[in-house]
Amino acid sequence: MALDAGGQQRTLKPMHLVWLAALSAVFALWMWGKNVMPWAFKVPRELRIPARTWIGNAMDWLVETATFGLFTFMELTRFISAAVDAPYRAVLSLLSTGFLKGQGSDAVQMLPPLSWVAVIAIVGLIGQYAGGRKLALLVTACFGFIAVFGQWNNAMITLASILIAVPLGTAGGLLLGIAAWRWPVVDAMLRPVLDLMQTVPVFAYLVPILVLFGFGPTAAIIATIIYAMPPMTRITTLALRGVVPEISDLGNMVGCTRRQMVWKVMVPSAMQSLMVGVNQVIMLSLNMVIIASMIGAGGLGYEVLTALRRLDIGTGVEAGFAIVALAVALDRLSQALARRASSHQHAEAASGGLLARHPYTVAAIAVVILTGLLGLALPALQSFPEALLLTTGDFWNEVVKWINVNYFDQLEAVKNALLLNVMIPFKRFLTGLPWAGVAGLLVLSGWSLGGWRLALLTGVLAYLIAVTGQWEKAMITVYLCGISVVLACLIGIPIGMYTASSKRLWTWVEAVIDTLQTLPSFVYLMPAVMLFRVGDFTAMLAIVAYAVSPVIRYTALGLQRVPESLIEAGRANGCTDWQLMTKIRVKLALPEIMLGINQTVMLALSMLVITALVGTRDLGQEVYIALTKADTGRGIVAGLAVAFIAIIADRLITAGAGRLRARFGLSQREASV
Amino acid sequence: MTANPARKATLSLRSVWKLFGEGAGAVLRDTGGNPPPDLLREHAIVAAVRDVSLDVHEGECFVIMGLSGSGKSTLVRCMSRLIEPTAGEIVFNGENLLSVSPQRLIEIRRHQMGMVFQHFALLPHLSVLANVAFPLEVQGVNRVEREKRAREMIELVGLGGREGFYPRELSGGQQQRVGIARSLAVEPGVWFLDEPFSALDPLIRREMQDEFMRLQAVLKKSIVFITHDFDEAIRVADRIAIMKDGAVVQIGSPEHIVMAPADDYVAEFTRNVSKSKVVRVSALMKPLPKRAPAGGYAGDIDAGARIADAAPLFLGASKPLRVTGADGKPIGRLEQSDVVKLMMQG
Repeated sequence: MALDAGGQQRTLKPMHLVWLAALSAVFALWMWGKNVMPWAFKVPRELRIPARTWIGNAMDWLVETATFGLFTFMELTRFISAAVDAPYRAVLSLLSTGFLKGQGSDAVQMLPPLSWVAVIAIVGLIGQYAGGRKLALLVTACFGFIAVFGQWNNAMITLASILIAVPLGTAGGLLLGIAAWRWPVVDAMLRPVLDLMQTVPVFAYLVPILVLFGFGPTAAIIATIIYAMPPMTRITTLALRGVVPEISDLGNMVGCTRRQMVWKVMVPSAMQSLMVGVNQVIMLSLNMVIIASMIGAGGLGYEVLTALRRLDIGTGVEAGFAIVALAVALDRLSQALARRASSHQHAEAASGGLLARHPYTVAAIAVVILTGLLGLALPALQSFPEALLLTTGDFWNEVVKWINVNYFDQLEAVKNALLLNVMIPFKRFLTGLPWAGVAGLLVLSGWSLGGWRLALLTGVLAYLIAVTGQWEKAMITVYLCGISVVLACLIGIPIGMYTASSKRLWTWVEAVIDTLQTLPSFVYLMPAVMLFRVGDFTAMLAIVAYAVSPVIRYTALGLQRVPESLIEAGRANGCTDWQLMTKIRVKLALPEIMLGINQTVMLALSMLVITALVGTRDLGQEVYIALTKADTGRGIVAGLAVAFIAIIADRLITAGAGRLRARFGLSQREASV
Repeated sequence: MTANPARKATLSLRSVWKLFGEGAGAVLRDTGGNPPPDLLREHAIVAAVRDVSLDVHEGECFVIMGLSGSGKSTLVRCMSRLIEPTAGEIVFNGENLLSVSPQRLIEIRRHQMGMVFQHFALLPHLSVLANVAFPLEVQGVNRVEREKRAREMIELVGLGGREGFYPRELSGGQQQRVGIARSLAVEPGVWFLDEPFSALDPLIRREMQDEFMRLQAVLKKSIVFITHDFDEAIRVADRIAIMKDGAVVQIGSPEHIVMAPADDYVAEFTRNVSKSKVVRVSALMKPLPKRAPAGGYAGDIDAGARIADAAPLFLGASKPLRVTGADGKPIGRLEQSDVVKLMMQG
């Protein structure tokens, strides 16, 4: 970097000199400072903040002594548990267990659950209603796939959790969002909390929930609701603010009360944007319900988790496919429903009986009753006949075996070459750096990109990571995340550049990355583990696969948005295609590409924590261990450290992109994802 | 139809100010309600409405005309307290709007005010029928009654048969007809129209203006009509207030403004208006001579007609026209030379 500043024909600016000096100072400190200034390498004891103990004690206090006068905190959590548990039991009975009487092994089934035929038919009918025959076929196929491959019961358990979490998460987010829209104070209070909640890794949520609500599906649902609520809150506030002022003027002019204003004017007018939020809640809930299998959600996530623990590739892959099928079906269904809800069309007044007015409802009820009755006589209709079950588990095991027999050496060679020549040296380098020097450089970057406020923020966050004793693990996190992001960019940017030029190619690539982004993060672990077993390399592959989508998307969109007139001007001046790409398109698309990289960093960090399952040694592992030991202090401190890294990266990259944009004289453009 | 000062005012504004910026109210009070522009600039305060006083008479169409940024939209929103004025008095049917309770304000808005918006402000999730019935729904009128009333209004604006349609299925002109029907559903005492036709194509705009004038001829509402289009203003107005930088520059009938613009700013608007299409015969009329002129009259013309309608009657005969009043009796004469002089002014 120093060479770059001085070695080219550019004149040395004061800023370059500052950087040169700072880098030399850190370099000198790194080389010779170990004995002179040991505190710069290892945080001295007196500076340490025992945040872990504090949080642990606070948690103990909450659990043991906290009281609201009339009832204790624990009683409150028990009440919440019960309130979530009752509807969950009902839905679970309907979809999976049937309605039972009695406890444990004495239980007698009073009513069977909905048969697989009925569920598929209902889903198909919803698809038909929301998006026509094509959608109906797609979702029927997805659910059929789940039945045929023997994941039916697991999928229904997962679905039951989602069916409870989504309405509660949506309603909670909606109410909070409305409150933030109406009262600026609430908005000001919520904003930093939401920022933090969206950067804290998911595992970190799970630890306090586990302590407060125990182990089981109820706790998992509560975690899911908390996880899925922030985006809905944010989207609600934005959507209400986005309603044109004339509409609220109208509400006032016809004399709406406050309540009428919110529920009759604002919320319906913002429906289209709100439905985007609902889709997000559904997809996030699915992701979280899978992850929350760690605290007892059961279902498909548990299947993947146990398969990972046993390294049973076949079962894991099958459950993974079932998750993908469920994700695709839910995503397409909710998107189609959203479109339908906001495209109002007049209908010829339907006359006639119940059937003519509510054809879908009548058909669904008919199917339920018919299959219920027939299921008594024909068990195959009630639960999918085992004789017809297909399993690909053995097939996948065979595939893995075959790959390992035939290509083991090649795969190992690639893995070892990367590990030994790139990953491990980089890791050593980062962990060897003095924390004071790194923090100083971060402050300097903050100052030069965004002024003293940003410098202060990055400085304080870096300092907090160090004094809570997380520095080394944080550096390992940065190393794994950094390498993955670089690899994702090396793959993603060329793909983005290549597809940007062709409209047809882009529609295909977009469909693929859209689907990739709907898949729960767990799913990405399976193929990587299949080929490379556990370790940093596997983790890196999973992270790259999960995080590559945004950089492709933003690169392509950024390139496509370069004004045609500039390209023509370049052509008129005799640029070759290569010059057009490098000198005009990429330069102008750079701010957009940086935003893509930013998103990739965020996704990489969130995936990183999940890769703790395949044996990494970073903050993610710390959170994971805390989860298994139900150690709230440890989990939250490590989780916050990940969040701080994310916030530092996010603010620095955003500020950098903003400066580039200002330099090119481009206006603030809306992010496209 | 010049304004008759004795007519009852439905809505009166007295020294209304709207200042945007921190400490605006204090600055206004400290200067005794008349802050000099320099002081406002110093405090980074924007005066959107400056010291506006005007009366909207019962049954008249009062047009507020001004370019964008002149404060006309803010002013009309002050009149219904959608925007809270910084100072002044707004008297509506004898009641000072600025001192009524929130509950009373809701009552007044529900029953006595109607508003039409530039971009229609139709609720996307409601059908035409439900949109028009919406103000009544908010009041708690039962479904049968409000839908009956809504159907009448939809008939009135010529959208019969489209009750079940949704806003996005209608053209801009049709959407604004829905907006008009909705604003009339509560039989308002004052009818605000905020640039109602500005978002429409020129041809449709013309058609809607005609439709609006037809409605007004029947309904005789007290109207506050906002526009930035001077031609539209002189077409529909009984009186016009011209605004510049938040202040009213001139108030008067279209003829008055065209014939005697208060300053260069107003004159700039009137320059391209063909005066013969604005000025009425009565304005150029001379008294009837004691004796009928030697050659008699070229014909009769109504005192309320525009000069442009009178001009063709002079063709082929250099005789004056006899002007008749509303009752058909002769009240004056119109000389060809006066008409020619006016028309040569443009």
